[in-house]
Amino acid sequence: MFNKTIFTTTALTMTLAASTAFAAVEIQWWHAMGGTNGERVNKIASDFNATQSKYKVVPVYKGNYTETMTAAIAAFRAKKQPNIVQVFEVGTATMMAAKGAVYPIEDLMKDAGVTLDKSIYLPAVISYYQTPKGDLLSMPFNSSTPVLWYNKDAFAKAGVSSVPTTWEEMEAASDKVLSAGYKCGFSFGWQSWVMIENYSAWHNLALGTKENGFAGLDTKFTFNNDKVKAHIAKLASWQKDKVFVYGGRRGDSLPKFTNGECAMWMNSSAYYGSIKKQAKFNFGQAMMPVDTDVAKAAQNSIIGGATLWVLKGKSKDSYKGTAEFMNYLSSAKVQAWWHQETGYVPITMPAADLSREQGFYKENPGTDTAIKQLSLNTPTPNSKGLRFGNFVQIRDIINEEMEAIWNGSKTAAQGLDDAANRGNKLLRKFEKANAKTN
Amino acid sequence: MLKRVHFKPSILPYLLVTPQIIITVVFFFWPASQALYQSLLVEDAFGLSSKFVWLENFEELFADELYFDAFSRTAFFSFMVAASSMSIALVLAGTADRVVKATLAYRTMLIWPYAVAPVIAGALWLFMFDPTLGIIVYVLDAFGYEWNHKLNGGEAMFLVIVAAAWKQVSYNFLFFLAAMQSIPKSLIEAAAIDGAGPGRRFWTIIFPLITPTTFFLLVVNIVYAFFETFGIVHAVTQGGPAKATEILVYKVFNDGFIGLDLGGSAAQSVILMIIVIIITVIQFRYIEKKVEYQ
Repeated sequence: MFNKTIFTTTALTMTLAASTAFAAVEIQWWHAMGGTNGERVNKIASDFNATQSKYKVVPVYKGNYTETMTAAIAAFRAKKQPNIVQVFEVGTATMMAAKGAVYPIEDLMKDAGVTLDKSIYLPAVISYYQTPKGDLLSMPFNSSTPVLWYNKDAFAKAGVSSVPTTWEEMEAASDKVLSAGYKCGFSFGWQSWVMIENYSAWHNLALGTKENGFAGLDTKFTFNNDKVKAHIAKLASWQKDKVFVYGGRRGDSLPKFTNGECAMWMNSSAYYGSIKKQAKFNFGQAMMPVDTDVAKAAQNSIIGGATLWVLKGKSKDSYKGTAEFMNYLSSAKVQAWWHQETGYVPITMPAADLSREQGFYKENPGTDTAIKQLSLNTPTPNSKGLRFGNFVQIRDIINEEMEAIWNGSKTAAQGLDDAANRGNKLLRKFEKANAKTN
Repeated sequence: MLKRVHFKPSILPYLLVTPQIIITVVFFFWPASQALYQSLLVEDAFGLSSKFVWLENFEELFADELYFDAFSRTAFFSFMVAASSMSIALVLAGTADRVVKATLAYRTMLIWPYAVAPVIAGALWLFMFDPTLGIIVYVLDAFGYEWNHKLNGGEAMFLVIVAAAWKQVSYNFLFFLAAMQSIPKSLIEAAAIDGAGPGRRFWTIIFPLITPTTFFLLVVNIVYAFFETFGIVHAVTQGGPAKATEILVYKVFNDGFIGLDLGGSAAQSVILMIIVIIITVIQFRYIEKKVEYQ
């Protein structure tokens, strides 16, 4: 009993001492960056904290993207939400629809009197998170785009002289590496994102009506068009000769590339760090191939990754700090560092310029592929991104149907039609849940 | 005629059961009623707009023919998990019962997997069976079998059953062993003197005498397979490939916690709750008759 009292008193004194020493306003930042990237997030926060003493940004790792988003939503319902939460791109529609819960970046900056120059942001990045009117909703943080990773040693061994730029060349290069003894031509991860969403944007095809969902909740999927069907059917038929080998969802197929089984791999540019660490061969990255049956040239690719959303219900003071932190975060210095360390694209042009000036692209050829792809052309309604509700589940549906196509239980046409129909049901459900009745 | 004895009414028995009742209400009835209520709503993730829709969530579920496939899949999965984990545990307990040396070491090792969290159990098996990196896949490959549970639904199902059953073997083992050890040695010795071999002794004496435990384990294992296996499925297959391993509880978890469709997920859990209630009632009414309590 006596001990306990002493302990309590000491603890109390310590808390008091601590709170007088750090009278800074605390800003919670919930994120989903584990491992090395988590340390980088911590560094950004502590560097910001060192620049001033009024605010203290506290980053908290909350698990993967879905876990972080769910945690933030649960916290909001319990009125214990953080100021900033990192949400992946497919959660955008859900966040956007929650008008009473999110504090749009545009308003936040205006209210705090911090200038926000949207013209310096990469259009393909920022357009994903803007309202149809152009207001910025969340702050782009880590964005990437799928690129073509290739094994230089395999190409040299098989006599592939130039990196494939079209799907025909993909097949030809695959045939060559296969006859040189490699087990598979190419594989890819995040199949919905890479082979449906980005394939469509890259060839300027619509994924759904209403500008891919940007212009309204009453959108319907159109990715089950003849062009995508033909492409997926071609991929499925390529499995026979191992030109293409399916290696699972998300990044599960990475080992197939890094252990030298597959000579090419299509997935996020943000795998740069992992590949660099794991691959024991020379590798490079190039732009995604063009399907010459569909388009003469590529349009632009779309991003994946996450943005920072600000949640409502915190103190005015903390929002001022949040705005300043957002400003710091998007500064060229921070962005260039983040980009070079992680392989995510820099979200602003000055950050890309700074990286170029620092000689990063010269020392690491190919690392600017993602930016080039994203800024290849001015985004069209088909290539500025997508905004579908319940898209987390819909991606699962697409995964399921694509797996059914890969294992031969469905044809490409049937699988894509089923995916679109099942997806449409979830779109209607989202529309219903978010239609304001009162 | 029995004499009816009157005791003065006392509040003591009520006081004694109060803690248990409070726990049951707070941790079982309250959440269950919340699920029931939530299943009648369509709500956005943040709970900002919610609409009472009566049974629309259920109608939607039953209009979805893919949902019905999950029933037979779950039945198969649960049966396989319960059957394989119980039979393996029975064999292990039967042999461990007769082990003389180093019993503690054997038993500890056998009980160990129970301490492993479902997700970790899933991850362990996932590593061994990874189509690219897995050690078992490497061995299978040497025998000319190409394992790829990322495309082959049957293999994926096999993998989640193995992972789910493996974890449960320890629990079953513990109960079987305790049951076997409570059988009087004299019975077994008498049978041995009469010339019954180990196999016959097991089937005619031990097995009938442990039926109460077997029955209890059957109920527990089925409930486990129905409710607690979503972590394993999540870690190993995420319900794939092409829904091949999407069992009911995983769909509840996935739609609710990943997809944030609270109403639909709640409706599914209500259905799941009803199924388990029915199964348990059936077990107690029909199977229990075959149980020989001592």
